[in-house]
Amino acid sequence: MDPLLNYPAILPEAILLASACLVLIADLFLGAKHRGLSYGLTLAALAAVALAATAPLVSGTVQYAFGGMVLTDPMSAVLKIFAVLATAFTLVYARSYAGSREMWRGEFFALALFTLLGVMAMISANNLLVIYLGLELQALSLYGLVALRRDDRKATEAAMKYFVLGALASGFLLYGMSMLYGATGTLDINELAHRINGGQTIHSVLILGTIFIVAGIAFKMGAVPFHMWVPDVYQGAPTPVALLLASAPKLAAFAIAFRLLVEGLPQLAVDWQRMLAFIAIASIALGNVTAVAQTNIKRMLGYSTVGQMGFLLLALLAGVVGGNISITAGAYGAAMFYVITYSLATAGCFGIILLATRAGFEAEQIADLRGLGKRSPWFAFVMTVLMLSLAGLPPTVGFTAKFVVLQALVSDGGSDAMYRLAVVAVLFSVVGAFYYLRVVKTMWFDEPADLHPLEGGPDMRYVLTANGLALLVLGILPQGLLALCNGAVLRALGG
Amino acid sequence: MSSPFPWLSFSIWLPILFGVYLLAAGRDRNPGGVRAIALAGALLSALGTVPVALGFDAGRVGLQWTELSPWIPALHAHYALGVDGISMWFVPLTAFITVIAVLAGWKSIESRLPQYYAAFLILSGLMIGVFCATDGLLFYVFFEATLIPMYLIIGVWGGPNRVYAAIKFFLYTLLGSLLMLVALVYLYQASGGSFEIAAWQRLPIELDPQILLFLAFFAAFAVKVPMWPVHTWLPDAHVEAPTAGSVVLAAIMLKLGAYGFLRFSLPIAPDASHALAIPVIAISLIAVVYIGFVALVQTDMKKLVAYSSIAHMGFVTLGFFIFSPMGMEGAIAQMISHGFVSGAMFLCIGVMYDRLHSRKIADYGGVVNVMPRFAAFMMLFAMANCGLPATSGFVGEFLVILGAVQYDFWIGAIAATTLVLGAAYSLWMYKRVIFGAVSGPAVAKLKDIDGREFLALGLLAVAVLWMGLYPAPLIDALHTSVGGLLGQIAHSKLVPGSP
Repeated sequence: MDPLLNYPAILPEAILLASACLVLIADLFLGAKHRGLSYGLTLAALAAVALAATAPLVSGTVQYAFGGMVLTDPMSAVLKIFAVLATAFTLVYARSYAGSREMWRGEFFALALFTLLGVMAMISANNLLVIYLGLELQALSLYGLVALRRDDRKATEAAMKYFVLGALASGFLLYGMSMLYGATGTLDINELAHRINGGQTIHSVLILGTIFIVAGIAFKMGAVPFHMWVPDVYQGAPTPVALLLASAPKLAAFAIAFRLLVEGLPQLAVDWQRMLAFIAIASIALGNVTAVAQTNIKRMLGYSTVGQMGFLLLALLAGVVGGNISITAGAYGAAMFYVITYSLATAGCFGIILLATRAGFEAEQIADLRGLGKRSPWFAFVMTVLMLSLAGLPPTVGFTAKFVVLQALVSDGGSDAMYRLAVVAVLFSVVGAFYYLRVVKTMWFDEPADLHPLEGGPDMRYVLTANGLALLVLGILPQGLLALCNGAVLRALGG
Repeated sequence: MSSPFPWLSFSIWLPILFGVYLLAAGRDRNPGGVRAIALAGALLSALGTVPVALGFDAGRVGLQWTELSPWIPALHAHYALGVDGISMWFVPLTAFITVIAVLAGWKSIESRLPQYYAAFLILSGLMIGVFCATDGLLFYVFFEATLIPMYLIIGVWGGPNRVYAAIKFFLYTLLGSLLMLVALVYLYQASGGSFEIAAWQRLPIELDPQILLFLAFFAAFAVKVPMWPVHTWLPDAHVEAPTAGSVVLAAIMLKLGAYGFLRFSLPIAPDASHALAIPVIAISLIAVVYIGFVALVQTDMKKLVAYSSIAHMGFVTLGFFIFSPMGMEGAIAQMISHGFVSGAMFLCIGVMYDRLHSRKIADYGGVVNVMPRFAAFMMLFAMANCGLPATSGFVGEFLVILGAVQYDFWIGAIAATTLVLGAAYSLWMYKRVIFGAVSGPAVAKLKDIDGREFLALGLLAVAVLWMGLYPAPLIDALHTSVGGLLGQIAHSKLVPGSP
């Protein structure tokens, strides 16, 4: 075997690609009657991918494949496992919703798997072009998924918006990459940092490239001022697709932000940190304030995502590149912890929304959750945990995540400017707490208007319960995941 | 100095476990069973706190009953518990008040019973956790987590305007505590990555950061106490909360804020505390005098007692910031006494509300004619509320006034107006509600208290009288710790030689 190619390193992606094709073909022959089999096959494939992805965690090494185009390390392994988990959540939560809306078809499984493949490619990328390829694969699959209900006017509109703005963002990112290539003559991320360090590059071109890269990343994360598509797409997309959109791609967005900015452009940290500071604070402010005015829960979650991504960016701008490596690892580890717990919480929220929908009824408004505490105290409790976690209140993991981010923000000696950022961020968290609490209020304090029992099979109920409890347990005992994230980032930084 | 059996952990987790069990297994169909389990949980937890008080060595300096184990090694946070003479009394007090709270909702609560009792039991464990935590992050987690059950108690089982009151309560307190979180992050950084509160207390800090830290902690604790002018959430919360919710809120939750001053503000930022003592004393006095007048004109009994709580807590903060042993011990005695008295007052109002479904003073009158036993109990508590000697209310107020006079005669004189104002609003309300002719047919039909109510009021009456007649054990246990705390406050943390 060619050591340069190093096939074992891409085993998870290979399994995923093969099973995506297999599901697509097998479903044609299985038909609607045996769709449960396709569903089982897809979940089995996801389990196999997750298992295969654990290899770097066990060995703890960094491996390159395809001549350094892709790499696997503990960080990519952790992110991949959670991306697989988020995709599995999507499929499990989507079953009854999609089944009653002509969406429960082979294409749905295949496109979800291809989205995941794109996410995983971005997570593993060590080359500008691979990042771009992964991004496009993810985006194209998601365009298809958003438009899967082709008779639905809102979904079509959302798909159109998502496509146009997504293409623009990809263009930004590609343009930025071309400038980096023009300035340094390499597409390899490690080599990029090396050549910039060597000094024979044109600084102004690099800066311009960085601006486009940051804009592209902000677009993909949905951070201000590139957030316009987020609420519209979250609201318009079929709920399971919104779930997928809100979870796994955020992990990839963190990964490419880390690879491009921290690993690729450490010498320009001063410049991109300033950009991120503005984007972060603007996102936290605008996301939280605007979410207050929403009555549609999916739209509210869209704006809440904008605010949450602002917090993630705070952690990303906090690390000091090239300083004390353990402090730096702590900062980016905090960002990674934040994005993982965020995607778990968001997946759970959309899961509850899906639980409240049924054939012919879309739970779209916050008011549709009215009296959930009477209809199903247990799932009202789960949703309460999810909301408190997004609001960042102990004892849920959302608090730990916000805390490590604030801690990371001031970890480099704690300049006054950083403390000011922290104070502004927590003040807007109070605004955020208001609309998350309003959901809790709607569930517990209001009388139910809708007395239908909740639907959803046992698989969905158990997974949703586990999802909610995980946020509580991780909040009380966060050490395992926190150490995993810190260790993985430390390894990625070469410690 | 680790203890043979972790009584503190036991006191924290036993009620929480009972609460979780009720959430998971309790059913509305079986109210008797749910009540029995809740009462058993509250009683067992209260018994569990008895060894903490009995085994406490009043003469020893430092923390007792300490427990220490790693919690989040990645952040150097520990599961660290311990009590000193200041915090020790609040452990049994909290568990005791929880028993009263369970008894208080025995008949009046009919919907979602398991969740109701679970909220109180979990809240009890969390509040004990606040008093016992010696790790900053653990303290914060307990401190914040208490908001959630109280928010639900007010919002689900409260009065007509409960949603407004619940959200106001939550957001007010959250705003303060998030600023405290930034202060905790700062201290964590400044101490080189430690969450040990004792280490923060030893840490030298310049004056400017001390003042910012003080203000951040002040934001959290002043809202919780609550001090004038950030007190406005309290009357709303009290009026809307169910009886037991008001009892716990007044008796224990307000003390969390006052306790925070003792653990964080004063010892961590002593120089800032001295620098800002005058403004804090000023707003404490405003609370005593102005809020005392506000209480006088209330027509709603619960609002009246809520405002009287603010005035009494003003006494507590006044006692803290005159930096004398007498003021400090008086303030802590006042905290404990107020726990009994305000809890008892809210319980009395609850007893009447259960019968007549009104809290308006005007709807009552001549209650003594139909409820003589109840009138006797309420007389005792009203007297304690205005600080009559031989009741618990006297000890704290007297010591604080003495301390204040030593500090400055005029401050003492203004503080002493509480004796007049407190008597005025407590006794005037008592007179209008209890004495006089029976005001109407509704009052004439009132039934005197039953055995359960007698038990709850009787327990509180014993506590009030015991503390009023024989406060020595309480004050003795405080001496050593208060002395240590005052030593810390007197010791400047500014680095010698710096400007």
